[in-house]
Amino acid sequence: MKNFDLIKLPFSKNNPILVQVLGVCSCLAVTAQLKPAVVMAISVIVVVALANVIISLLRNTIPPRIRIIVQLVVVSTLVVLVDQVLKAYVYDVSKQLSVFVGLIITNCIVMGRLEAFAMVQKPLPSLLDGIGNGLGYSVILIVLGFVRELFGSGTLWGYPVMEKLGLYEIGYENNGLMIMPPMALILVGLIIWWHRSKNKDLCEQ
Amino acid sequence: MNFKWLSDWFEKIEPKGKWSWLGSTYEAFHTFAFTPKAVTRKGSHIRDAVDMKRSIIMVVIALVPALLFGMWNIGYQTAMSTGADWHWLYMWWFGFLRMLPLIVVSYVVGLFIEFAFAQYRGHEVNEGYLATGLLIPMIVPVTTPLWQVALAVAFAVIIGKEVFGGSGMNFLNPALVARAFLFFAYPTHMSGDKVWIAADLWGSDAIAGATPMGELAAGAHPSASALDMLIGTIPGSTCETSVIAIALGAMLLLFTGIASWRIILSVFLGGGLMGLLFNAIGYNDYMQLPFYYHFLMGGFAFGAVFMATDPVTAAQTNAGKWIYGLLIGAFAVLLRVCNPAYPEGMMLSILFMNCMAPLIDHCVVARNIKARASRATRKEVNNG
Repeated sequence: MKNFDLIKLPFSKNNPILVQVLGVCSCLAVTAQLKPAVVMAISVIVVVALANVIISLLRNTIPPRIRIIVQLVVVSTLVVLVDQVLKAYVYDVSKQLSVFVGLIITNCIVMGRLEAFAMVQKPLPSLLDGIGNGLGYSVILIVLGFVRELFGSGTLWGYPVMEKLGLYEIGYENNGLMIMPPMALILVGLIIWWHRSKNKDLCEQ
Repeated sequence: MNFKWLSDWFEKIEPKGKWSWLGSTYEAFHTFAFTPKAVTRKGSHIRDAVDMKRSIIMVVIALVPALLFGMWNIGYQTAMSTGADWHWLYMWWFGFLRMLPLIVVSYVVGLFIEFAFAQYRGHEVNEGYLATGLLIPMIVPVTTPLWQVALAVAFAVIIGKEVFGGSGMNFLNPALVARAFLFFAYPTHMSGDKVWIAADLWGSDAIAGATPMGELAAGAHPSASALDMLIGTIPGSTCETSVIAIALGAMLLLFTGIASWRIILSVFLGGGLMGLLFNAIGYNDYMQLPFYYHFLMGGFAFGAVFMATDPVTAAQTNAGKWIYGLLIGAFAVLLRVCNPAYPEGMMLSILFMNCMAPLIDHCVVARNIKARASRATRKEVNNG
């Protein structure tokens, strides 16, 4: 596989959320607003990329029988680091994300990439694969955050878009369902629907 | 009457060549006007005049009493609240004008999406929406803004039905999906005491007036008597208030065999048993409410007759229907009494049991298979 493909494929043909259907839990939980979604996306990119590199460097020395626990140690170290950075610089968002930063440790995308890719690949491809999958996850997170905040709260990054457009005066109202997690699941479903109709080869028979 | 001109006209406009992609739309209107000539020739089949179109139309006819009463009640509630002295015919006319936009929006948006999907997929247009499209305006408050109704209809038809493959493939009742969408997306228009009575002929302004269940959820005793609730002269969703009008529709559905008597009976049975259980506990005022009040208030009767019996989303086996109905009734009363956040439990309870219906059927069938298998082996042992 060419190095460029490692970044490109997770965007659409092998998107972690749309095709591998991993990491859906956090993508429902943190996308009610755009800002936490973006912060979460960046955190996951950092964790996946670095964890992939570290595990790839260690891959020949990790005994297969305890590889999961080694992976977990590496991932949790990185997550704790990320958590501390968030608390230091974006405390309010860190509070909003609450437990979900810590739960990056159990994010299936991280574990999946480590097991499926970093354990058998060299550091550079692993880095690219980590960044690629993190970006693939981020795209969906940001799209969801955008749609849900815009229609659910009428704002974008806290800016009252709908109010400035004057929509409330002509009877528009925010959609309360949008800020609830079930609607995020339905939106993910709609994106998958659109994505499959563009990529017929992904459709299950 | 001779309708040959119409049949000639249909033959003349049959889409061919570059218009043939409009085939499904043409087919839908053609079979709406004329019985299709195509008949099954091979295999075993039953000759019967009833097909899906006829049974759906029967549901629509069964809805008419509730619809007509609901229209009158809209006007009656407004007249009572404003103190206006209206003739009963004017009350009905007022309600008719309030209902008409809701019905038109529901049908136009829903049928447009149905036709678009059928056309795109090359399917025949299905008749299911004729009933759904009438049910949706009947179960929302009269003051619901039209754009919200349009959005809910689009959501229900696309998410509730078309993504699963259209009518017959959906596992949730589309009309209730529309109501659930409105309930969660725009709660201020769907509950509380400021949505049930229209202030004037146009717009979504409302006069304050609580439904019996709103009063109960707030901890008060319902101000309307049981007789009022039976006749339906109480505030509520447009056409769900009159138990008598609903009963007329129920009789038609039961007589023609379109609705399952097992489901209707068991829903009432389940609700009644749960009500009696709460009476026995008697912890607060709501629990002490006579159990039959639950049948008269809110959407219980309407849900039991027109929603729970939807043949697509209900349980299919006879034993399954009993379980399905009993649990709908029981959950509805449970939600009403124990969760003040959801004054009406019927919608959520039916949707929940819609999800459970395939599981119930699976268990019933598996149990039957097991019972028959063990009977067969026992016989073999005895004979051997």
